[in-house]
Amino acid sequence: MNSLYVLPFWVEVLTAVLLVLSSLFALVGAVGLLGMKDFFQRMHPPALASTLGAWCVALASIVYFSAMKEAPVLHAWLIPILLAITVPVTTLLLARTGLFRKRMAGDGDVPPEVSEGGREGK
Amino acid sequence: MSPLLAHAILLSLSVFTVAMVLTLIRLFKGPSAQDRVLALDYLYILAMLMMLVLGIRYASDTYFEAALLIALFGFVGSFALAKFLLRGEVIE
Amino acid sequence: MKRLLPAPLLSLALWALWLLLNLSLSVGNLLLGALLGFLAPIMFAPLRPLPARIRKPGVAFTLFWVVGRDVITSNLQVAWGVLRARQKPPRSAFIKVPLDLHDAHGLAALSMICTVVPGTVWSELALDRSVLLLHVFDLDNEAQFIEHFKTTYERPLMEIFQ
Repeated sequence: MNSLYVLPFWVEVLTAVLLVLSSLFALVGAVGLLGMKDFFQRMHPPALASTLGAWCVALASIVYFSAMKEAPVLHAWLIPILLAITVPVTTLLLARTGLFRKRMAGDGDVPPEVSEGGREGK
Repeated sequence: MSPLLAHAILLSLSVFTVAMVLTLIRLFKGPSAQDRVLALDYLYILAMLMMLVLGIRYASDTYFEAALLIALFGFVGSFALAKFLLRGEVIE
Repeated sequence: MKRLLPAPLLSLALWALWLLLNLSLSVGNLLLGALLGFLAPIMFAPLRPLPARIRKPGVAFTLFWVVGRDVITSNLQVAWGVLRARQKPPRSAFIKVPLDLHDAHGLAALSMICTVVPGTVWSELALDRSVLLLHVFDLDNEAQFIEHFKTTYERPLMEIFQ
C-alpha cells in the first residue's frame, strides 16, 4: 500500500465513514432483496443501494483523490450520473416483464392492463 | 494511509461481500426468472461499488475505469435478459 | 446553423463532459472535446424523432434540488421499511395515477425521477399516455400520495416541457 501520501486526518475520517456507510446501504439492499415476499416489493431495495450507495462511494472517491492530488478530481461523479441514466431503463423493463409474465401465468395479484383496448406485449 | 482508513476499507469490503452472498442466495432461490435477473443486476452493481473501493485502497485511477466498464456491461446484460423474458428474443 | 448544430446545449454538455473526464484544459483536449460535441448530435440525429424544448430553466434547477432531497429522504424511508419488515410488513400497492403530462421528454424525465426515488416503481403507461401504473413500497393514503406526486413532480415538468 502506498505510504507516501500523508493526508489530513479529517479527510481520512470522512472517507472511512462514507465507505462504511455505503457498504451498510448495500447490505440493507441485499437483506431487502432476500427478505421481501413479492417480486415487486423486491425491486425497491436494490434501487436504494444503487443511488445512496453509489453517491457515498463516489463522494468518498472525490474527497480522497482530491486531497491526494491537491486539486479537485471530479471524475468519480460520472458513476452516479451513469447509474441514474441506466438503472431506470433496467428497472422499467424488469417491472414490465414481471407484469407481463404474471398476467400470462394467470396470477391474480397484479392489476389488469391499463390501456383500454391495448394489447400487452405482442 | 492511516490504520483507520485501512480498517474501514477492509470492513466495507467485507460488508459488500456479505451483501453479495445474500444476493447469491436470492439468485438460487428466486422462484421466477425475473427474480434471478434482478439478483444478477444487483450483483453487477455491488461489483462496481467494490471496484471503486479498491480504487481508493490502491490509489489508482484504473479501477475507476474498470468500474465504469462493469456498470455498462451490467446494464447491457440485464437489459438483454429482461428483453428476452419479455419478448422471447433480444433483437427483433 | 441549425443543420450544423442541431442540439447546441447537448454539444456544450458533451464538451464539458470530455474536459471533466480528462481533467485538463490543454488545447488538444479542448479541440477534441469540441469535435466530439460537434459530431455526436449530427451522427445521432436519426435516432431523435422529436426535438426537445426546455423552457424555464429556473424551474428545472429547483426541481433538481427537490429531487435530490427526496432521494435522500425516501432512501432512508425504504431502508427503515426493510429493517422493520419483520414486525411491520410494508403495505405495497399498485396505484393508477391519471397523467396530465403527455410530452415524451417530460415522461422520460418523470420515469427517471420515479426510479431514482426508491419507493416508487413505474410499471406501465397506457397507450394513450393518460394513466400510469405505479408500484409503491409503503403506502398509507392513496389520494394523498397521488396528490403529492402530481404537485411535486408532474407540475414542474409540465411547466418545463409543455
